[in-house]
Amino acid sequence: MPVGLLGRKIGMTQVFEEDGSRIAVTVVQAGPCVVTQVKTVESDGYEAVQVGFLDKDRRKASRAERGHVADLGGKKQEARKQAGVEPAPRANCEPKTHFREFRTDGEEHGLSVGDELTVEALADLKRIDVVGTSKGRGTAGVMKRHNFSGQRATHGVKRVHRHGGSIGQSADPARVMKGTKMPGRYGNDRVTVRFLEIVRVDAENNAVLLRGAVPGPNGGLVELKHTTKNRHKKSA
Amino acid sequence: MRHPLLDAAEASSLREKPLRFSVGDTVDVHTRILEGEKERIQIFSGVVIATRGSGTREMFTVRRIVSGQGVERQFPTNSPKIAKVEVKRHGRVRRAKLFYLRDRVGKATRLRERAPRKGEVEPKDKA
Repeated sequence: MPVGLLGRKIGMTQVFEEDGSRIAVTVVQAGPCVVTQVKTVESDGYEAVQVGFLDKDRRKASRAERGHVADLGGKKQEARKQAGVEPAPRANCEPKTHFREFRTDGEEHGLSVGDELTVEALADLKRIDVVGTSKGRGTAGVMKRHNFSGQRATHGVKRVHRHGGSIGQSADPARVMKGTKMPGRYGNDRVTVRFLEIVRVDAENNAVLLRGAVPGPNGGLVELKHTTKNRHKKSA
Repeated sequence: MRHPLLDAAEASSLREKPLRFSVGDTVDVHTRILEGEKERIQIFSGVVIATRGSGTREMFTVRRIVSGQGVERQFPTNSPKIAKVEVKRHGRVRRAKLFYLRDRVGKATRLRERAPRKGEVEPKDKA
């Protein structure tokens, strides 16, 4: 797979293996994505490939959004041309709703603006990493947020069944240690799940089936990347 | 609404020919089981007392009495391990879940037989 893909989590279901065992899978609609910009050290200070996913209605896209993916011309560009400045290459596609960059520092990706990336790129991979935004849970207690055990239901426990208990010592140190786990905002974070097995790639429907769960709600945006697990291992 | 991509993902795991039976039927469930290297068919017969779920998650429950003890087994309808389901007898029932059979013993567990519905096959070799 070149760099990475953007996708949308569709939902979970289960499929049968040949031996009759059932496996839980997440269906992800992945691609087609369009390369909208290639960043280089000379022009941007770092190397990356910017990828766009899902079309946006042209009427709803701003001129900047349309101009990012297609050459709109205009007086200013005309003036720059006359001054000898080459306009940046455009993908010439519909405006996109989602953009993400994939860093490519020092690696040979061979992509140029306008290239299309599809799920077929995943066909020869066994496992990938998936990045998503987890479901927001608002203000959550310590049992949900930090997997605390809570307190007993009986034996004199009153009204503190889901509390965390003590948060520190006494006069020494006379303060709460930094980083103490307490209730608070939970979820709506960027979460990476590594080394997810690819069960099946459905090129016809631009779908990929991943074994197990993927962060985020159904319909949420996910990034599919090369797995970083075992990346230092020498391949035999 | 269910996303069409979920149906597409499940399609390959579904039976090409759906099993035909309904709640209240007395059935023989033929399951493939692996014994060491060899595969053989095991039969579980009883009354279908419930079906639940849809798509690949559809399950059905079969109840029978083994030496005076009620035994229930749930099968995934679309499992490739189920070779076939043979309907022995159609039972006339008025509800979707026959959990009331659990509270009954002996003669009270019998279900009145009904005639096959349109498109249904006549039960084979009635016992």
